[in-house]
Amino acid sequence: MTTYIIRRLLYTIPIVFGVLLLTFVLFTLVGGDISIEIAGKNATAETIEEIREEYGLNKPLFLSWDSQFINHFKNALTFDFGRARDREPVIDKIKRGVGPSLALTVPMFLGIMIISVSLSLVVAFVRGSVWDILAVVICIIGMSIPYLSFILFGQYFLAYKWGLFPVFFSPDLSTAQYVTLPVLIGIVTGLGSNLRFYRTVMLDEMRSDYVRTAFAKGLTTRRVLFKHVLKNAMIPIITRVVLAIPFLFLGSLLLERFFGIPGLGYLMIEAIGSRDYFVINAMTYISAILFVVFNVITDICYAWVDPRVSFE
Amino acid sequence: MSEHQQIIKKGLPKGRSLWQDGLRRLRRRKLVMVCFAVIVSYFLLAGFIYLAELFDWQVGPIRWHEEVSKSYEPPSRENIFGTDIFGQSVLRKTLYGTKISMTVALCASLISIAIGVPLGAIAGYFRGFVDEIIVWIYSTLSSIPYILLILAFAIVLRDKTIFGYKLTGITTVYLAIGLTSWVGICRLIRGEVIKHKEREYILAAKSYGCGSQRIIFRHLIPNVFHLVIIDFSLRFVAFIHAEVILSFLGLGEAERPSWGAMINDARIELSRGVWWQMVAATAAIFFISLALNIFGDALRDSLDPKLRIQ
Repeated sequence: MTTYIIRRLLYTIPIVFGVLLLTFVLFTLVGGDISIEIAGKNATAETIEEIREEYGLNKPLFLSWDSQFINHFKNALTFDFGRARDREPVIDKIKRGVGPSLALTVPMFLGIMIISVSLSLVVAFVRGSVWDILAVVICIIGMSIPYLSFILFGQYFLAYKWGLFPVFFSPDLSTAQYVTLPVLIGIVTGLGSNLRFYRTVMLDEMRSDYVRTAFAKGLTTRRVLFKHVLKNAMIPIITRVVLAIPFLFLGSLLLERFFGIPGLGYLMIEAIGSRDYFVINAMTYISAILFVVFNVITDICYAWVDPRVSFE
Repeated sequence: MSEHQQIIKKGLPKGRSLWQDGLRRLRRRKLVMVCFAVIVSYFLLAGFIYLAELFDWQVGPIRWHEEVSKSYEPPSRENIFGTDIFGQSVLRKTLYGTKISMTVALCASLISIAIGVPLGAIAGYFRGFVDEIIVWIYSTLSSIPYILLILAFAIVLRDKTIFGYKLTGITTVYLAIGLTSWVGICRLIRGEVIKHKEREYILAAKSYGCGSQRIIFRHLIPNVFHLVIIDFSLRFVAFIHAEVILSFLGLGEAERPSWGAMINDARIELSRGVWWQMVAATAAIFFISLALNIFGDALRDSLDPKLRIQ
């Protein structure tokens, strides 16, 4: 087991290297020298030179111990991402944004998961009936409505028109107050595709012999569904769930934008507006690291829920 | 005369290829054909707008910038979807947006097929070192969250000059989407090629003395290409939605109307009770997505019985 984990962790090194290579190519080679852009229109040659010095843009690209290429790796591995365009260290901005983002995405994620897994069990049980067809139709319709429209109509009707929730984030609101409506909208939009996915998983299980045996033994429907079927459907569920966790950290770009929640999604939108490569670079790297780590965790979970998975 | 000879005398029953069989099954389903008609009409509309622009026909959609009425005129008989802030017809803008969305989704699909299919086939066929490199590239790409990856590409490529060609508007959008979304198809093709390359027909091709290039491009890829079609009929929806989100974030087409930009305008207008721009864009996106979702599922059911979702 330990050797398996260590070997699995070693596999992540080339991936992290690849991500750093990609961000270097994108932001340094293709993105180019943006010191003039940072300095603004009326900057003197000295200011531009100072900015170049600070971001290390005056150094050689490759072939030196102090090159931009080596520094890119060094900074990333020590989590030193320098300062953003508004002079605040990038890492501080990210730390500030994590809280509101997680407050939004964690309840949303749990809601979607619990509702769609339990609904999918029920729908798989009544497969072929009117209810099943109705559920699939609603899922497909829900998947076809653009995300943006869900958010806009939700915000307009529930918050603005009927005044059930605050329309925008403001610092004096409690977390629960400003997060409820975005979470509700997020759950509704996420249900369609998730329910459809889990339904397929459950249907595959429902056809197995052990389900027939369990019913033949006289077990109650609830027991068969939530104990036998759910346990056997665990592998695809774990893959989907664990690999979704790193994305929680990113927050929700669009929800945060609409509701003005100062999370990481909002931070990214701001960075896009001001072409702030440093913030996007840091976010890309951190989320890739999280993804890689959770990938390892998924593999370990497989072995944990399914004794047939070997460590070779 | 034996039974065998009788059959030969009558003529063998005509065989059906995978494609003929799939099409036959699709044609039996009315709803699927309706969806297909919807998809075709979106494409025809986009093509028509291209032609109209090329030959300078003075038709509605390409005269979207004309002021037809007062600003924020609600829907009426003359303007079915009302007018926007500049008094431009929302219907014309929506129709014009079709061209932008379909172009982006089509070009992005072509780019990602052009990258993903050959890479996947080469990785699966040669294995070894080449395989490891290609797997490394796509594992790297897939470890970065998709939306962040598209944003990073879009923001860096925007307004860059590459090989003397300036990247603006939708070119950036479809490049960003196309260059980032070939991973899924590459993985799928690689897995399938690994299975196929042990089959007899590949052995036969090898014994005839076919080179690797011929085997991959003439034998393997045509035999797994139905997977590409299925994958893309389902992925096309995601591309359309990605275009809408990118335009909404201001990374898309700036000078001409697009559905994402219309929704972005509607964000502020809704509080004034101007809902028609929003509804028009949502409806346009909704119908094409619904049609593509249903058609994609049906295509998968009819072309690939193994993958069937009940």
